[in-house]
Amino acid sequence: MTRWLRLALLGLMLGTAFAATAIDALPFKNTAQEVRFQNLTRQLRCLVCQNEDLADSNAKLAQDLRLVIFQQMQAGRSDAQIKQWLVDRYSDYVLYKPPLKPSNYALWFGPFVVLLLGALGVLIYLRRRAQPLMASAPDEEEDW
Amino acid sequence: MKLYLPLLGFLAVIGLFGVGLWWNSTHNTTLVPSPLIGKPAPDWKLPLLYQPAQTLDKTAMLGHPYVINVFASWCYVCGDEAPVLMAWGKDLGVPLIGYDYRDSRADALAWLGRHGDPYTQIVADESGRTALNFGVYGAPETYLIDAQGIIRWKHIGPLTPGVIREQLLPRLRELGVQPKVAA
Repeated sequence: MTRWLRLALLGLMLGTAFAATAIDALPFKNTAQEVRFQNLTRQLRCLVCQNEDLADSNAKLAQDLRLVIFQQMQAGRSDAQIKQWLVDRYSDYVLYKPPLKPSNYALWFGPFVVLLLGALGVLIYLRRRAQPLMASAPDEEEDW
Repeated sequence: MKLYLPLLGFLAVIGLFGVGLWWNSTHNTTLVPSPLIGKPAPDWKLPLLYQPAQTLDKTAMLGHPYVINVFASWCYVCGDEAPVLMAWGKDLGVPLIGYDYRDSRADALAWLGRHGDPYTQIVADESGRTALNFGVYGAPETYLIDAQGIIRWKHIGPLTPGVIREQLLPRLRELGVQPKVAA
């Protein structure tokens, strides 16, 4: 019984493996183009399943977009042009790395601002603590 | 005072988490704002679902505002939306174009048989290629296009009476349309 179950499981796994490799067999001109395609689709977000990139997604929309990207590559368009084509339709959200522009400043610099504020807080705290330590008896400040 | 500093820090972190929870419960983070609002709709020319030999295109629709509703027979939520469109569709005062997205003709016809057909006309985009130009990333989605062919509004997800009343009807009135329903 368990043997049959294992066999069935193995079959299932192999099946999905084949299905995964057969997502879309695109006729690339050469390996360089395929690598470029993989690189590009990894930088792009699938809008249906938003935590997946276009390279890995099995969503129908991702398939459509991969085909468009492939065709645009064949037509000699640059990565930047292809990205712009997508951004024009699906907004900056398709890019995993959002562009540096005023509406995205909070996104880009927010963490550093928070870090800076934290560092400032620590600095103030340390300075305050250091002064009485140098001036008077060491145990005075140990109130907790 | 120093005794409370760690507590204050802790409360600040809790506050931050709270804001995050509140934000996520009041905002739908899966909605992607369309960059096409205020821009001309892409050129489209698609076969009619009922008469595949005939086509409808953007230029034929110029001159008066219209609403495009993206649906599909495989789209579960579209079934929930269908009764709303059946109730409101004819009273919008503008053509309601059904956009059958990535669907087979037979499935779409069967689906319309089950749920009813609220549409003025239905175009079929079997490959989904034209939909990419509209920035469609699912169904249902609804677009309001004005007489000049500019996309004025996009709604992602099903139309509800609330969305129609609060978002679609005011925009239709802005375009000089008099919907046949009370505000």
